[in-house]
Parts: sequence; structure tokens; C-alpha cells
Amino acid sequence: MPDLLAPIAGNVWKILVAVGDKVELDDELVILEALKMETPIYCDDSGTVTAIKVKEGDAVNDGDVLLVIG
Amino acid sequence: MLDILKELLFSSGVVSLTGGNLVMWLVSFVLLYLAIKKQYEPLLLLPIAFGILIVNLPLTYLMEPEHGLVWFFYHYGIEMDIIPPLIFLGLGAMIDFGPLIANPKTMLLGAGAQAGLYVTFFAAVLFGFDLQEAGAIAIIGGADGPTTIYLTSKLAPHLLGATAVSAYAYMALVPIIQPPMMKLLTTEKERKIVMTKLRPVSKLQKVCFPIITAMTIMLVVPPAAPLISMLMLGNLFKESGVVERLSKSASNELMNIVTIFLGLSVGATMTAGTFLSPKVLFIFFLGLFAFIVSTGAGLIMAKIMNLFLKDKINPLIGAAGVSAVPMAARCVHKVGSEANRRNYLLMYAMGPNVAGVIGTVVAAAILLQNLG
Repeated sequence: MPDLLAPIAGNVWKILVAVGDKVELDDELVILEALKMETPIYCDDSGTVTAIKVKEGDAVNDGDVLLVIG
Repeated sequence: MLDILKELLFSSGVVSLTGGNLVMWLVSFVLLYLAIKKQYEPLLLLPIAFGILIVNLPLTYLMEPEHGLVWFFYHYGIEMDIIPPLIFLGLGAMIDFGPLIANPKTMLLGAGAQAGLYVTFFAAVLFGFDLQEAGAIAIIGGADGPTTIYLTSKLAPHLLGATAVSAYAYMALVPIIQPPMMKLLTTEKERKIVMTKLRPVSKLQKVCFPIITAMTIMLVVPPAAPLISMLMLGNLFKESGVVERLSKSASNELMNIVTIFLGLSVGATMTAGTFLSPKVLFIFFLGLFAFIVSTGAGLIMAKIMNLFLKDKINPLIGAAGVSAVPMAARCVHKVGSEANRRNYLLMYAMGPNVAGVIGTVVAAAILLQNLG
């Protein structure tokens, strides 16, 4: 399944999962903060989080990889 | 002994208090509550509310022409048109015009949303306001504080407190006022539209944008010059990348300093005598009407554009054509994600939102040109 990408530019506010977690469709995985607004990013498929590419507070651009889900 | 007490009492402000003063205290306390407890635009509402309070304490003469402390702030800052353009300088240094450059057709949405202004202008004339007053009231629909203050101080300075407070109040109330209008004028299916990705914008384009925009707008509508020149200079500071210190000063220190004087002076224009009239209630009502019509006009404009576009836009972003940055864009994002949780409209909405700032300034300049 594809990696979880940032749909908008912003800062990583909260990462709600850890490596090894099983995730399902529509789970809230990461919360980005842009223009002082929290935007939850949802899982597109089910799988297991194999890597976390960002940490809380990081600035991300549109299209950056947030999590790798295998 | 009794005489001394009597004298003290009569030289104090207490005996000169009027019922109107007490009502204005109440207005001030309500605004203080909204600013501190509810955090509605606190950076402005707090100094405005305090300004109202101190100017309604008798015998202080703070707004006495040529004498009062706050009068000097007001005279040099607002009457002489210095503060609103300085706010725009800071605003320019904060705004990213990227989404507008990536999708220039959203400029139409920023222009379309100004229709509310003109509708309100005629409505205000019907309600018996003179043309200058009607112009100052109509600009509230643009939901842009500094532009409202700028235009009102030129056209109808006696209405300054009322138009400024209502512009800032409606900006703070965007999340309450806009969603019902958005839902009324769009279908669930339209709200679900996911937009095509924005193209990347190069640094060269971002640097050229403020220069070209400043030249174009000032050549076409010269009265827009004070606000547009400062807005675009601030933006050039930001985008050039070579004057970070100036950019930061404009958007932080300078902006904060002038905000203090702006808020206090605007508040201080609201003495019981000028503020407590039925006219003011009408201004709040017409301002709200202007804001609602502008939101609707932006939405309808987006729907009209969709008739001609191959890649449909989500009509919600039309509502961001009012210039409350970034509140209106945030609101669009939120309503869009309620219809489709994977719809991230924020950056798409920023295009019309920043276009709205430019649109409101141009609309104000046109009103000024014809009425001033």
C-alpha cells in the first residue's frame, strides 16, 4: 500500500501511531497544523506502520512522506 | 472640611457621568469579555474595548483635539492615514500569494465576493444614510479591518468606531456566519469535489508578483496606492529573501506597535454621544448583511466558473473571496472536510482569500474615487 503523504504543507502537530501499530482504513494517524488549524490525516488502507519519517514539530511540504505503511 | 469634600466631589468625573457613559462602559465590558474570555480577535478588541472605557470617563479629555493623549494617536495615526497602510505592510510580509499565483482564476472569486459591498451600498442609501456613510458601511462586507478603517476615516469619520468594530466582529464570527450560507448555496456533491493539485510556484514568480501587481493596480486605480503599495512592499520584503530583518520587523514589531495605537484610537472614537444612536444598530445590521451577501456572491461566482471549467473547482472556496485572512480559508477547509474527510481545501481557499484582500482594497479605492 502507498505511504502516507502530507496532503497540505504545515507542521507535524501530533503523531498518533508508533512503529509496529496495525492501522485500518480511516484511522486518524497524524495531525498536521497549518494556519493555526489542526488537520487530521486519515489512513487510506489497512496495514502496519513500518517507519515514521517525521517527528512532532517538523515542517512538511505538500507530498512529503509522513509514514511508511506495509 | 465639608467644603473640601464637596469641591473634591465636583471636580471629579463622577458628577459628570451620564447614562450614556454607563451604557458605553457596558459595551466596553462586553468587548473585554469577548476578547479575554472568548478570544475573539483579542489583539484588536482588547485595546478597542479599553479605548471605549477610558473615553467614557468624564473630564479626562483624552480625545480633546490638540490636547488629549489619545487624540494625538488618533489624529496622527488614523486621520492622517498612517496606521492602516503600516498594518498592510506587515500583512504583506505575512501573506503567501503562492496559491493565487498557482491558480490565478481564483482572482475572479476574490473580485466576485466584493459584489456584496455594492449591494449593501445601495441598501444603506435606501435606509437613509448619505452616500459617504453608505460607502463606509458597505466596505464592512469585505471583512477587512484596516481597509474599513481607512475608508471610513476618509468618508465618514463619525462612523469609525461602529464600522471598525463590526468589521472585526464579523471577522471573528466567520466560523458562525459563513457555514450556513455555504451549505445553503452548495450541494453535498459539490462540497465533496476534490480539487486538482496546485502547480508549484517558482521564486521568480513570487518575487515578480508584488512588483507587477503594485504597478498594475496603482496605474488602474490610483486611490488604492497607499494600501496596495505597502501591502506589496511587505510582500516583496518576504519573497525577496534578502531582507529578512525588514520582513520580520514589518510583520512583528511594527505591526504590534501600530496595532496598539490603532485599537486604542478606534475605541476612543466611541463616546456615548457618537455611538449611542439608532444609526449604529443599522450599521451592525447592514454590515452583517454585506458580509453574508459577499459570502454568497463568492459561492455563486465559483458555481458560475464551474459551468466553464473542465477541472471543476470546489465552490466552497468562493466563500473565501471575502478577505478575512485566514479565517475564511480555514472555514472553507472545515466545511469541505465535513463533506469529505479527505478533502484538504485550505491552500486552495487561500487563493481567493488573498485575492479578496486585493479585491477589497480595489473596491475601497473605487468607492473613494467616486465619493471622496
